[in-house]
Amino acid sequence: MSATADTAAGGGIGALGRGLGRVSGAVLPVLTVVACIIALWYAAAIGLNRAWTLDTAQRQGVELTAGEIIADAMSQERPVLPAPHQVAAELWNTTMGEPVLRERRGEYRPNPRSLFFHAWQTLAPTLMGFVIGGLAGILLAVGIVHNRAMDMSVMPWAIASQTIPILAIAPMIIVVLNSIGLEGLIPKSLISAYLSFFPVVVGMVKGLRSPGAMDLDLLRTYSASGAETFWKLRLPASVPFLFASMKVGVAAALVGTIVAELPTGARFGLGARLLTGSYYGQTIQIWSALFMAAICAAALVATLSLIERMTLRRMGLDR
Amino acid sequence: MAAQIPKTEPAPVIEARGLDLTFQTADGPVQALRDVNLTINKGDFVSFIGPSGCGKTTLLRVIAALEHPTGGSITVNGMTPDEARRSRAYGYVFQAAGLYPWRTIEKNIMLPLEIMGFDRAEQDRRVKDVLQLVDLEGFGKKFPWQLSGGMQQRASIARALAFDADLLLMDEPFGALDEIVRDHLNEQLLALWKRTEKTIGFVTHSIPEAVYLSTRIVVMSPRPGRITDVIESDLPAERPLDIRDTPEFLAIAHRVREGLRAGHAYED
Repeated sequence: MSATADTAAGGGIGALGRGLGRVSGAVLPVLTVVACIIALWYAAAIGLNRAWTLDTAQRQGVELTAGEIIADAMSQERPVLPAPHQVAAELWNTTMGEPVLRERRGEYRPNPRSLFFHAWQTLAPTLMGFVIGGLAGILLAVGIVHNRAMDMSVMPWAIASQTIPILAIAPMIIVVLNSIGLEGLIPKSLISAYLSFFPVVVGMVKGLRSPGAMDLDLLRTYSASGAETFWKLRLPASVPFLFASMKVGVAAALVGTIVAELPTGARFGLGARLLTGSYYGQTIQIWSALFMAAICAAALVATLSLIERMTLRRMGLDR
Repeated sequence: MAAQIPKTEPAPVIEARGLDLTFQTADGPVQALRDVNLTINKGDFVSFIGPSGCGKTTLLRVIAALEHPTGGSITVNGMTPDEARRSRAYGYVFQAAGLYPWRTIEKNIMLPLEIMGFDRAEQDRRVKDVLQLVDLEGFGKKFPWQLSGGMQQRASIARALAFDADLLLMDEPFGALDEIVRDHLNEQLLALWKRTEKTIGFVTHSIPEAVYLSTRIVVMSPRPGRITDVIESDLPAERPLDIRDTPEFLAIAHRVREGLRAGHAYED
């Protein structure tokens, strides 16, 4: 008995150690790749922006040295491709450099200059949409696995739903929902749910069907009911599939929210930042919003991975 | 007929008369069982042996009501196989252990008990008992992957024993294990059979395994699946592993081999 307890306690610490070992072993290759990308990015930025620099210099009748051309190409206000340090500075200034709330007429209101504020405006509907889409996906999958009519009818519709360009129907969904009095969070989260339910359906159907003939025969020898087969076999067997599909689904949910913000003239949110940036040629703002979106997606997937590892460890499925 | 039997025969556990089973496949009908007649009495250890496709597994599945015959009759404990299943007449052991990886050994053995509605204290008591029976005390809290293949198969036997069925149906339970582990488990299974006085139906394709374990060996042959010979074993009840080198053992093994060869002759 004590041996079991030791293994359990040691397992946690050992896994942590292994995890750290894996991370430190990956640092050098990852840094190398990042350095290569940044170098390529600088080269591309200089190459793309120098035309504007040369054009301006010609109009002003100034001769520029190579060093001056490079320096100018990396510090334009509206470059074709902003240099990495410009995007980094913009990210820093709009997050750490701006309060999330600011005082206006005696009360604290969200500060639209803060990128955190915009990120949250996008994250909230993303999370809500992901919950709606995830639950809908699980319920549809349960129906598909247990009901022959649903099996034959739902899947083609689910696939068809994903072939429609979301950009085309997002404004219509917003208009329709607006006319019945729904606006703000709900329409955005519904579009986000529209994109995130599909991977969950596909993953869960596969997961619920993963038990083999022998596993099912075993329960038949116990005269187990359909409900017992579901709770004791199909559902636990589907858990690893569920997490894999949820990670795809949550990233799709974020894309869905941003897309929902684009055609609707939203004032806040990462999509709104992209849109206003493109109106005014603020390429640096666009790129910093893109990076914030990527950071949000990475954070969501990382959170799910953590929950996945903890759940699978508890279930004894993580070795 | 019955009047001519002098001693009082116990009611047969399994009685099959003229059993037929034809599968409808895309390539046309396949006769898996033809005219199978068989009686298994209480306490028998019956092996079914034959090449693949001879219907030995199908026959076991018919007894377990996992397949339904297309002709003839079969009773288990005097009931139809479906009724027998509902009255928990048998425990079934598959070729693979089939333990649920997300359940500990204990929880795996509890699975049938939960479904059959035993209360928690009774579940714990039975798990403890059967773990002892298959020599796995102290492993209840382990997950299946922490056990060797042989230990996993023992756990699956414990699971089949947990709800106290008198009949144990085993479909090549040791087929995937290596020779040494298999010998060891054969010995343990014999000991367990003697202690619990269960009736065992055992599918195998190993002649030594069939002869070593059984009181009766049913030799089957394929296309269509049918019984070609039934051999009563006169080996003593006490069977150390080296009984396999005695002339008596070899004589029975020889007869089994002859039976298998006869069933195959028409093909070659």
